Amino acid sequence: MLKHRARAVFLLIFAAAIGYFVYSSQQPGAKHPFRLGLDLSGGTHLVYQADVTKLGSADIKDSMASLRDVVERRVNLFGVSEPLVQTEQAAALSSKESAYKLIIELPGITDVDEAVKSIGATPSLEFKLVTADQMRAFQASSTSFASTSDQEAAYLKLFKDTGLNGSMVSRANIQFNTTTNQPVVGLSFTSEGRDLFSKITKDNIGNYLGIFLDGTPISVPVVRDQIADGKAEISGTFTIIEAQTLVRNLNYGALPVPISLISTQTIGPSLGQAAVNGGIKAGIVAFLIIAIFLIIWYRLPGFIAIIALAVYTILMLALFKMIPVTLTAAGIAGFILSIGMAVDANILIFERMKEELARGRGIWDAMHEGFARAWTSIRDSNISSIITGAVLYFFGSTSVVTGFALVFVVGVVVSMFTAITVSRLLLYAVSPSRTTKLSTFLISNGFKK
Amino acid sequence: MDSKNNTMWVVKYRKLFYSISGILIVASFVSLAVWGLKPGIDFTGGTLIDVQYPNGRPDQTILSASLTTIDPSSSVRASGADEYIIRLKPVDQAQKAVIMSALSLNGTASTTVKTFDSIGPVLGAEALRKAFVSIFLVLIGIVLFITFAFRKVSEPVSSWKYGLTAVIALAHDVIIPAGVFSILGHFAGYEVDTLFVTALLVILGFSVHDTIVVFDRVRENLRHASANKPFAEVVGESVGQTFIRSINTSLTTLIALAVLYIFGGSTTEHFSLTLLIGIAVGTYSSIFIGSPLLVTIEKWSRKK
Repeated sequence: MLKHRARAVFLLIFAAAIGYFVYSSQQPGAKHPFRLGLDLSGGTHLVYQADVTKLGSADIKDSMASLRDVVERRVNLFGVSEPLVQTEQAAALSSKESAYKLIIELPGITDVDEAVKSIGATPSLEFKLVTADQMRAFQASSTSFASTSDQEAAYLKLFKDTGLNGSMVSRANIQFNTTTNQPVVGLSFTSEGRDLFSKITKDNIGNYLGIFLDGTPISVPVVRDQIADGKAEISGTFTIIEAQTLVRNLNYGALPVPISLISTQTIGPSLGQAAVNGGIKAGIVAFLIIAIFLIIWYRLPGFIAIIALAVYTILMLALFKMIPVTLTAAGIAGFILSIGMAVDANILIFERMKEELARGRGIWDAMHEGFARAWTSIRDSNISSIITGAVLYFFGSTSVVTGFALVFVVGVVVSMFTAITVSRLLLYAVSPSRTTKLSTFLISNGFKK
Repeated sequence: MDSKNNTMWVVKYRKLFYSISGILIVASFVSLAVWGLKPGIDFTGGTLIDVQYPNGRPDQTILSASLTTIDPSSSVRASGADEYIIRLKPVDQAQKAVIMSALSLNGTASTTVKTFDSIGPVLGAEALRKAFVSIFLVLIGIVLFITFAFRKVSEPVSSWKYGLTAVIALAHDVIIPAGVFSILGHFAGYEVDTLFVTALLVILGFSVHDTIVVFDRVRENLRHASANKPFAEVVGESVGQTFIRSINTSLTTLIALAVLYIFGGSTTEHFSLTLLIGIAVGTYSSIFIGSPLLVTIEKWSRKK
């Protein structure tokens, strides 16, 4: 008895601590806020179909990875917070033509025109100049900027276009510096590029020639000599993998795989906020009504079930933060549905307890039998829910469906723990020690004999 | 409720319950055959725009006329106090600008686009294929699981028949909501989308819960029953013993769903409605159809 009570107190403290974590991590600036899906936060969801028909099957994987990198770099230029760029390859049941997809999510962006234009554009390799004097002046003033982003903006403004760009590169390859053994990227220019490059290097000895990929400087070497043979070397502090990526990006001047837009979804922010508020309200009201029902019908065990349900809710919210689960409107619906289902196991157990009491067992025995005998039907029925959830998760065609399925499956598993383990511990802890009329009334349920 | 005396009525009046379900199923099939289901853009591909007119919306006919030049099959439906929901063929970015100008009646009305969904037909066909495969897999998964779970019960009804019975009850639970949505689709323009299919699958998973609870009790009672006790009596008793818990487990779920339907917002409104209908019907079928069917099947196999 005392052992059960000590454990129950420990459990409640533990649950309260998790509850505090859920609460505190929702304060502004905290580390683990809920991750809201696009339909709740507002934003744009784009699906591109990648045309891989011209690629050998061995190259598809690399090309898709390269496509992802290029598009991600472009998306980052928008300054969107937490954009998502992912490729989906040969998903189950896709037809051949749509087997390779590129999925882009831009939270908070509802004007997609600009985004779509620049995502589909070809990546740009540019060579831009800064004179040695300007660079020195900038470095001298580098402490006078208000923020690093101001400083970066001012830095980028220094560079002047030269007219030399990626269309004049005929080939890029990876090389190794003979003395340091560092990987470097070798460039060969076309004849037009060779002449221009020769002229630029001749006129700018001592100046800096910045090499820009999609608007970002990746290497800013000093021009030491005129280079007339149409070959250049980009020596940054590359790792081999970075050098390989750069070579790949340069060789595929355009996107490595042609893409076409097949789905656009834009959700305005007001709609998302309404869905969040509605979901929270529905969750609270559903919890309260179920709690009232449980306490009226199931009395003392009903009260225990309410606490178990509260523990369930807290655990689920904490899991949403820690896994993390991206919450969508459908996911919230799944969670509210699971609140209704989480008490099912409790109901099966309590009804069984009542039956055992009616057969003349004492309270303690009836509780033990109730938990033990209800177990097979709880297990079997929850397995059927898990089968459904798993099929939905693996064959769900949209993120809406998979979001629902994930919440649903996690909910079923967690509810088995709270409805059985947690409520058993709590019920043992508060159970009346003697079988009296009052204690039998408290443990029993329903209205007729 | 006293479980000893009036437990047999569910089994005894089973023909009445079969008839009620039979009528509902036939009505659902007729509605599905005549009107069908109205597929959403998830499945067909297309464009759905929810546009708000903060300064009062223009007349529906004016907007329709403005849109027919772009897509003759476009449709406009009023929503809320100042919104329209517009349905069109799939569009690309270039056409989007044309549509936006048509929606604002060439810039004369101010508009706020609340949602803009455009789904290509390739993606739609994929979603449809996945929907059918999912339903099929869930059904197979559940039959196999029940057959496995009840593998030790072979007398007097073999375990695969429990699985089969569960599936008949499940088909019942899915056909009726589909019929209701076919009627709602015809009269109120309700569309079925991937969330609708998700709801059907959840109904499958949930209504088998209650069926399993009853079957589990039949399984247990058979173990303890004397050999000459009629099967119908064992089933009747089992139904009576589990009656309240079947109702109560569904009741808590229905409470959650009803609250979700009322407060949950427009995104999940149809989803929770589908679930409400399906789970209510599912509770009915697991009490009044599933277990009595076991008795019927047992009677048939004895006659042979």
